[in-house]
Amino acid sequence: MKNLFKEFLKGIIKENPTFVLVLGLCPTLAVSVSVINGIGMGVAATFVLVGSSVIVAMIKSLIPEKIRIPCYIVVIASFVTITELIMKAYSPALNRALGIYVPLIVVNCIVLGRAEAFASKNSLRSSFFDGLGMGVGFTLALILISGIREFLGVGKLLGHVLIKGFEPVFVLGMPSGALLVIGLLLGLFNLLKPGREK
Amino acid sequence: MKERLIVSASPHLHKGESVSRIMWMVAISLLPAGIAGVIIFGLSALSVIILAVVSALVTEWILQISTKRKITIFDGSAVITGLLLAYNLPPKVPFWLPIIGAFFSIAIGKQIFGGLGQNIFNPALVGRVFLMASWPKYMTSFTVPLSYDATTQATPLMLLKEGKFAEHISYGNLFLGLRGGCIGEVCILALILGAAFLFWKKYISWHIPITYIVTVGIFTYLFGPSGFLSGDWLFHILSGGLILGAFFMATDYVTSPLTRKGQIVFGIGCGILTAIIRLWGGYPEGASYAILIMNAATPLVDRYTKNRIYGNR
Repeated sequence: MKNLFKEFLKGIIKENPTFVLVLGLCPTLAVSVSVINGIGMGVAATFVLVGSSVIVAMIKSLIPEKIRIPCYIVVIASFVTITELIMKAYSPALNRALGIYVPLIVVNCIVLGRAEAFASKNSLRSSFFDGLGMGVGFTLALILISGIREFLGVGKLLGHVLIKGFEPVFVLGMPSGALLVIGLLLGLFNLLKPGREK
Repeated sequence: MKERLIVSASPHLHKGESVSRIMWMVAISLLPAGIAGVIIFGLSALSVIILAVVSALVTEWILQISTKRKITIFDGSAVITGLLLAYNLPPKVPFWLPIIGAFFSIAIGKQIFGGLGQNIFNPALVGRVFLMASWPKYMTSFTVPLSYDATTQATPLMLLKEGKFAEHISYGNLFLGLRGGCIGEVCILALILGAAFLFWKKYISWHIPITYIVTVGIFTYLFGPSGFLSGDWLFHILSGGLILGAFFMATDYVTSPLTRKGQIVFGIGCGILTAIIRLWGGYPEGASYAILIMNAATPLVDRYTKNRIYGNR
């Protein structure tokens, strides 16, 4: 049980997909304009991650070595389709805001990376917790980035104005601002990383 | 210069030049343009200049204290960054704008790369472009020269972009700086005085600024408003931030090519980009973007314009 908890925790800080593994930057850059988009994207990716990790761990002995990537993609694509249909049915506004980035979860390197690097080599239970941890780590990173960008770039948080008279830093709401914020946060995480070479 | 350099046997005389001496000389050469800006736009311009310079120094000091590096705020480079940033701002901006701009220039434009000599982009222009993208409404409202109040007017290049060529102002006024614009860019006379001082001290060579200005002139003459070979090239040279950019920002030692050949390529590139942005781009003025883009291309230019070693291939 303790080991499973460790698999879950490592995705949040020690192997955070965005800040340490630097995977899945494309959706991170694109959807982190507002916190609600970030949460939506994070939850969708977490669902796909957990689902595909579990299935891949279950069928890992059936998959031939040479065509393993197409097999993973089929599993992942099924979960992405489920996610997209659910999102279209229950929150069409979020689906419109995320746009092409929901179907693009299929090629998200976090999902494929976990299937290839973890789920295909480990047991079902630890794959489940690994996928969950990675998903939560991704979601938290998205909330952090989109929180900074929404607060400074638009002057709001979750759609509410926090400080009256605050003049938003317009550039942070634009794509170049996403690169700037992610770059600075990556640098900060590297600075705080234990055992960094001085 | 380099090809005529003969290193004789020691003892050698030291000329007494150092990075910080050159930086302070450049800062002095920038003073006439600043004084002209204050005369033209009033004391609000002076407060923008002081705020930008002081915040640049404070930012550099705080960052170097917190990263436990040598304190180099007296080498003059932060002063130049602050001055150039202020010269690129309109005279009446909220007090926090030059402070944030100077902080961004020094922190993101310079120190994050490792300080003086390591930055790939001109720090002052990084700050200006950041402010331009973040608060465009403050960055594009210019006060009327010699009026000292809050009335605003468009710059000559903005008028040109809107197609109001009839309100053309005379070349004499453009040369003296009696037009709407940023604090340090308006008075061409003062800028040329400062540049002449740098030429006299041999701190800058003609390769970048002259090719830059001539290219803009030729390009805007070729592609004029009423067909080929009809452009008002003198107007384009005298307006906008071209003269300030060409003499003081494109010639930054750190972010421009090392060889003479490379510097000519750099100048022509800046000129073509500036003219393209002015004539067909979305912004009325493009000097700062042109210089930043060519800054990014500098390592490439350096690689392709390496001097041939004598006797080698």
